[in-house]
Amino acid sequence: MEKGFLNQKSFEIRNKVLDIFSYGNRGHIPSAFSIVETLTTLYYQYVDIEKIKNNSEDRDRIILSKGHGCLSLYSILHDHDLIKEDDLKTYCRPGSVLGGHPTKGKIVGIEASTGSLGLGPSVAVGMATELKRKGSPAEVFVLVGDGEINEGSVWEALLSVGNKDLDNFTIIVDYNKYQSYSSTEEVCDLDPLKQKLEAFKLKTFEVDMINEPESLLLCLQEKVSIPKAIICHSIKGQGSKLLEGNLHWHHKSYLSSEEVEKVRSSLKKRQL
Amino acid sequence: MRKAGLNAIYELAKEDKDIVFIGSDLGVDTLKEFKDTLPNQFFMEGVSEGHMVGMAAGMAHAGATVYINTIATFLTRRALDQIVVNLCLDNAKVRLYGNGGGLVYGPLGATHTALEDLSLLSAIPNMTVLAPSDSVEMIDLIKESKDFPGPIYIRLGKGGEKVLSKAGTAKIGKAFFDKHSKSEGKVLICTTGVMRQRAVLVREFLEKESIFVDILHNHTIKPLDTNSILTTAANYELVITLEENVPNGGLGQQIGCLLLENNICPKKFIRLSLPDEFPQEYARQEEMFLTLGLDPESVASRIKELYV
Repeated sequence: MEKGFLNQKSFEIRNKVLDIFSYGNRGHIPSAFSIVETLTTLYYQYVDIEKIKNNSEDRDRIILSKGHGCLSLYSILHDHDLIKEDDLKTYCRPGSVLGGHPTKGKIVGIEASTGSLGLGPSVAVGMATELKRKGSPAEVFVLVGDGEINEGSVWEALLSVGNKDLDNFTIIVDYNKYQSYSSTEEVCDLDPLKQKLEAFKLKTFEVDMINEPESLLLCLQEKVSIPKAIICHSIKGQGSKLLEGNLHWHHKSYLSSEEVEKVRSSLKKRQL
Repeated sequence: MRKAGLNAIYELAKEDKDIVFIGSDLGVDTLKEFKDTLPNQFFMEGVSEGHMVGMAAGMAHAGATVYINTIATFLTRRALDQIVVNLCLDNAKVRLYGNGGGLVYGPLGATHTALEDLSLLSAIPNMTVLAPSDSVEMIDLIKESKDFPGPIYIRLGKGGEKVLSKAGTAKIGKAFFDKHSKSEGKVLICTTGVMRQRAVLVREFLEKESIFVDILHNHTIKPLDTNSILTTAANYELVITLEENVPNGGLGQQIGCLLLENNICPKKFIRLSLPDEFPQEYARQEEMFLTLGLDPESVASRIKELYV
């Protein structure tokens, strides 16, 4: 697929993220922005979205373990007609099925409720185990944040999956280098992350999601016989000149419409 | 009780390949035949209860009915967030089979005594909580659990309990009323779990004093059989609740509130439970009950004092 698609689609998804945010005036925009290219690659270029729409037993499963990045997920599921515009407009409001963290069972395509960090990987191990047991060709992807993997539960799951013959399991780490308080380096340095994941017996890839996000697709397509890990190097607030690397936006809520539009005007596309 | 329940799970698994078992580093040769004959349905994870619960949820979401087993304290406390989010919020068909309910592991200390599992698990929406009194009741409830929706917690006793139940009678959500042949409708003990065993002994002590005790056994703590409790308790002068659990959020508190809300006020209502404190000693279960005054003889004496 041509480079222009991912560039253009990511730009559109970020625009929609701002729309959804403004409906509820809550949410984590920078955490959503850093995973746009990753989710766009998965949902538009890799998985069979029709199987997800039909809730097919053989559908690939994507778990957004960093549930606070859900604005991007909602934006993409809306673009695939899995969330109605009317539902987006009730985001974080009374009667809504869409909140600041995604809940399973309300929207097709949300495979597990997330928001309590570190819980997604074990659920993904279970799904991959059961799908493999049933002889399904489906794959399971779990997207975690870099701050999220401070949670010990993530490593319990990886310790388990590294000892399993699960070639249908992929954990993707959104390594945007910032967590709530400060840089990951200052709060809880993860490096050497690749070696850690390899030590847990995962086939580990690294992708530069800032300059070469197209290479994520190649990593996804590479067939390996063991569980896979992909470290996606990104920037918190990616795709916005205003937000990139500015930690004060992480918990920012109740933005005025002028502020939202200021962020919108800061959105950028990559120079191809 | 433990072995009977595990064998019942194995029997279910033989009939249905979607039934799977996960243990967390259990004792050597646990369910060996299950593992040998149905290896595709048997999983042994490491010492990682939180992971095991999350993994079970994932398997359930992909179509399995999952029975998981380890020591009750670690299963309920270590994995509480996974139980709330992965099992209860997402309504996963996972059955938590918790060894050593109450003071079973008393000699091993407070890290191993499940004082509050019934309260913790009863507090979570969508969770069903079971505490059978003997192996026959356990087998019935395991069979019942196969097609029951949502997550279930099953508390185990120590094992070797006298069989009081008749096979095929226990239904999830339905209390069992054990009326004394000479009942005067005066004294009712409401039990859960293996406390039913002790209530039967209490009854035997009191028979000698011509006090005849009826027992309403609640193997299902959640959902509580409110109809049976209300219709039964309404007729009694003295209602006692007896449980091997802390007082807060347990059976006694639930029944007390239920009666009060429905304007049913026995002359006396007594809530007997473990105290709101950690065990002060390392001792066997029955020895601890002596210390706490919860042994059958002490409970019988207390009822005798209150009986008029």
